[in-house]
Amino acid sequence: MATIEITTPLTDEVVKGLKAGDSVLITGTIYTARDAAHKRLTEAVAKGEKPPVELKGQIFYYAGPSPAPPGKPIGSVGPTTSYRMDAFAPKTMELGLKGMIGKGPRAKEVIDAMKKHGAVYFAAVGGAGALLAKCVKAAKPVAYPDLGAEAITELTVERFPAIVATDCRGNDLYSRTA
Amino acid sequence: MRELKVAEITRAVRGLCIEANIVADEDVLAAFRERLKTETSPVGKEVLKTLLENARIAKEERLPICQDTGMAIVFLEVGQEVRLVGGDLEMAVHEGVRQGYKDGYLRKSVVKDPVERGNTGDNTPAVIHTRIVPGDKVRITVAPKGFGSENMSFVKMCTPTAGYEGIRQFVVECVKKAGGNPCPPVVVGVGVGGTFEKAALMAKQALTRKLGEKSPRPEIAKLEGELLEEINRTGVGPQGLGGSTTALAVHVDTYPTHIAGMPVAVNICCHAYRHGVVEL
Repeated sequence: MATIEITTPLTDEVVKGLKAGDSVLITGTIYTARDAAHKRLTEAVAKGEKPPVELKGQIFYYAGPSPAPPGKPIGSVGPTTSYRMDAFAPKTMELGLKGMIGKGPRAKEVIDAMKKHGAVYFAAVGGAGALLAKCVKAAKPVAYPDLGAEAITELTVERFPAIVATDCRGNDLYSRTA
Repeated sequence: MRELKVAEITRAVRGLCIEANIVADEDVLAAFRERLKTETSPVGKEVLKTLLENARIAKEERLPICQDTGMAIVFLEVGQEVRLVGGDLEMAVHEGVRQGYKDGYLRKSVVKDPVERGNTGDNTPAVIHTRIVPGDKVRITVAPKGFGSENMSFVKMCTPTAGYEGIRQFVVECVKKAGGNPCPPVVVGVGVGGTFEKAALMAKQALTRKLGEKSPRPEIAKLEGELLEEINRTGVGPQGLGGSTTALAVHVDTYPTHIAGMPVAVNICCHAYRHGVVEL
């Protein structure tokens, strides 16, 4: 179990080098997106529109932060439960998404898409909202601002801790448990 | 008769919403420290350490422990000798939630319609459960409930002869099915008996007990202990990533029920285990 520092955007080489169980520290830009944003994004793409943000090489963080108190860039921002985005995740990977951060296991279809497109799934510690907030240096809504906490928000992160839960070969920490 | 202005209730609810979300339960933190000694998984140990550190940061920075500051569940026990004045009691509670979630920079996570959605913008309405009890006090419990755990709720209408074994099987099955989704280590609330909705309400109320407090009934206290041990043998572990700390406690409440049934409800709470109580 190594601790690996990675930056965004994620290259295929970096993705291939990550193994289930590795600890990572992510520096760069990640995008929050959860249920409503995924639904809107995939519906837009199905209508022939471009996604509201460029997904190639990027990481989606399944999270809806609490409001930023005065003087802070963001409120608490731990992961939300990933299975709710399973229906949409393969499409996002088709569009070039290379990483997803969330918590909890993914469906087989998602893992198959990860193997096909070369993407990785990270688990962040659920409920560690305050600790993860300290890794966020800036936050800017970039799409669907009317969704409030569910908007797609660009986060500038420094050494954001996560674990490789499922790697691009389909090795999955969650399915090792009972 | 004792008069109580509902504005007092608003003020109390506001404060409880904020404190419950920012200051972690001391019993939970003590349980994490204890479990660090026995946790078998290295990843599991890291998770427990992270949660302890997170609680420290949340308290210091006045940030919510978790960004899912939940839908506010408010339990009211209103003494029969109390006369509530100055407005509608439930409106006063909703106003307390509105103020708490605004002033505390808590997340607004409530939508006005379950299908059409549409965020209400102020985390109201709360879900309120009221009982009229003897006495002249008003006891308010605010239990913000996040939906990662709430979505892992289950009810089974067991047969009347299912027994402790039937309860045991169902509860353990639910925890395994939930896996990592409710943010283990969890606290498991179980309601047995009553009716469909009574069992569910008991399961939720069981989650407002002091952590690890046993049932006053010896056979139920025994069941709680056995369930906790069995759940911690499932290997789900912290965050569902494997390990021996899947649950911190199991609380079971019972109620008389119909000759033809044995409803069993399971409500799982994440490790944040948030509630505040005030007596006015």
